[in-house]
Amino acid sequence: MLKASPLGDDHLQSVAFGHISPSRKNAGRALIALSSLLLLIVLLVQILYRAGSLSAGFANWRPVLYAYLIWATALGAGQVLIRGEAGHRALFLLPALLFTISLVIFPTFFGLYIAFTDWNLSSLTGRRLSGLDNFRALLHDPYYWNALRNMIFYVLAVLVQYAIAFGLALLLNADIRARKFFRVAFLLPFMLSPVAVSWMIGKSLMEYRFGPAATLARHLGWDSPAFFTSPWIARFSIMAMDAWVWIPFIMILLLAGLQALPREVSEAAKVDGATPWQSFWQITFPLMLPVSVTAIILKIIFQLKLADIVINVTAGGPGGATDTVSSFIFREYRDRSNVGYGTMLAEFYLVLIIIFVMLLLHLVSRWIRKVT
Amino acid sequence: LDTSIAIRDSAAERPGLRRGRYVSARLLIYAALLFWAFISLFPIYWTFTTSFKTAVNVTQGHLIPWVDFQPDWKGWRSLGLSPDTIGRTSTVRSEFLLRFENSIFASVGASLLAIVIGSLAAYGLSRFEYKFGPWRNKDISFFFLSQLILPPVVLAMPFLVLYKELALLDTRLGLILVYTLMVLPIVIWIMRDQFETIPIELEQAALVDGCTVWGAFFRIVLPIALPGIVAAFILSVILCWNEYFFAALLTSTNAKTLPVMVASQTGSQGISWWSMAALSAAAIAPLLVIGILLERYIVKGLTAGAVK
Repeated sequence: MLKASPLGDDHLQSVAFGHISPSRKNAGRALIALSSLLLLIVLLVQILYRAGSLSAGFANWRPVLYAYLIWATALGAGQVLIRGEAGHRALFLLPALLFTISLVIFPTFFGLYIAFTDWNLSSLTGRRLSGLDNFRALLHDPYYWNALRNMIFYVLAVLVQYAIAFGLALLLNADIRARKFFRVAFLLPFMLSPVAVSWMIGKSLMEYRFGPAATLARHLGWDSPAFFTSPWIARFSIMAMDAWVWIPFIMILLLAGLQALPREVSEAAKVDGATPWQSFWQITFPLMLPVSVTAIILKIIFQLKLADIVINVTAGGPGGATDTVSSFIFREYRDRSNVGYGTMLAEFYLVLIIIFVMLLLHLVSRWIRKVT
Repeated sequence: LDTSIAIRDSAAERPGLRRGRYVSARLLIYAALLFWAFISLFPIYWTFTTSFKTAVNVTQGHLIPWVDFQPDWKGWRSLGLSPDTIGRTSTVRSEFLLRFENSIFASVGASLLAIVIGSLAAYGLSRFEYKFGPWRNKDISFFFLSQLILPPVVLAMPFLVLYKELALLDTRLGLILVYTLMVLPIVIWIMRDQFETIPIELEQAALVDGCTVWGAFFRIVLPIALPGIVAAFILSVILCWNEYFFAALLTSTNAKTLPVMVASQTGSQGISWWSMAALSAAAIAPLLVIGILLERYIVKGLTAGAVK
């Protein structure tokens, strides 16, 4: 059970630790026990009703949700009754913890179960456990591995976004007029919904016949500016759109980092006669490493979920060249209703992501320790 | 370094050269700034102007209203939002307004819920020490933050099944719950950073005066942390407003949000760019207003915790 205790000097110490009477403790325990019993009964009734061994039951599982809410409330109240002050403290954390656990644990386990079934919403036979069939199919699915390979390119594109964002942050940090205007203007793309961006840029600005971007490209000497027909150009176009949305995010983080740098350091470098180029590479850049790493890792985590733009502009085409894992699975669900297989793909991707991010964090922290 | 000093000295001897270099550097900086401002703003400008174009203006690539084309309400009329149609009943407009309302309910509701439970948890984690089995504060914080990694595709199908059984499919409440889960790690991250900047002595004084921990939290900490709460709230609203993946899978007729409507129109409208532009413009307008007016808070929210 959740225990909160005052330890350590930097944590909040409470003065009054009033005595808690045994009857109050018992009342708290009884409350928790009763509500647990209620939850169990409702759950059991519903399971038996669904299994067919009980004739009366609820139309859906909503009552179980209500019973769970009652149980959660009783648990919180019980904590206060049993443990007084410490219970009050536990109450701060309990709602978020219960919310996250209940909304993540169930989908994770149920997802694992689905992943090993041959469930297809359009098939008439319902779902059956199919063992490792989905996994074997995954290993031989060229489109899935193609999507994974694309993810490598998309993640690498983060470095380009970072370079551009760093340049913009330096510009904004320079001694300029109308800084507020430029900052707001640069930030605006980040606010827009990727779906709207898909239309605004992908489907109209870059449209082959009338789009201004295509017209400009024609003026510059590209005869048939088709942004989404050849694999690499399509991939670059998607990357450009994603960069347009996300560069402001990296830029804002870097700008805050630049503004937090002590002014004396760069001024001292100036006095010592370093050129701006030298003072950037030898002073600013090393000092900015921690912020840079945070920004890049955050962006990579968001990049691994990239889907909206791809779904709405190219739907993965041409020939899967722009597919991300998320957009590929989205189509597996939506167009082919292949729930079991799609979930296996998603769970496998999750495992890959976790390994990748852990490895990244580990390597980066080791590298930073070596550099500084 | 020696060479650079030599160069600088020689430049110092000729102030005219140095001044010329300074001016050209300024020019370069402003040119780069203006270039990127153009990149950032042109698509937005293009969307708003296109919503006032007719077919001929689209095909001929006219760009500047009143100069090379005469603005027309055509796009907004197809949404039922032009001056001459605003008084009449319009099915497209009521559909649009319903989606708009759904988006507001889902994003504001989820942000409020996430702020309430997220701030409480963040406060607890920054002030008390918890033990949850083998878990300490650090592990609990990591558990919350690690939810950020979870891609929506992993949760999508289980949520679909869960919601079907709980009769939450295609309801606003269902969307609110998913979105809360989505923004909760970010809210906790921002708020923990905010609470850690508030000196603990303030609350200790209140506790000595006989306040309970909850009293101290509501009366002393919360007012100080308000700007941080506003920042986290605005950032959450933006993220939820723009969310597409869950909305596309978990809603169909009742609770469909604006991005899903925009996406579903993209394919069917073909060349009627003016109406797509009007729809996109209407969908992004609230965010543009928020971005321009509340930029300070967005920057605060984004940079909390990331920059020490």
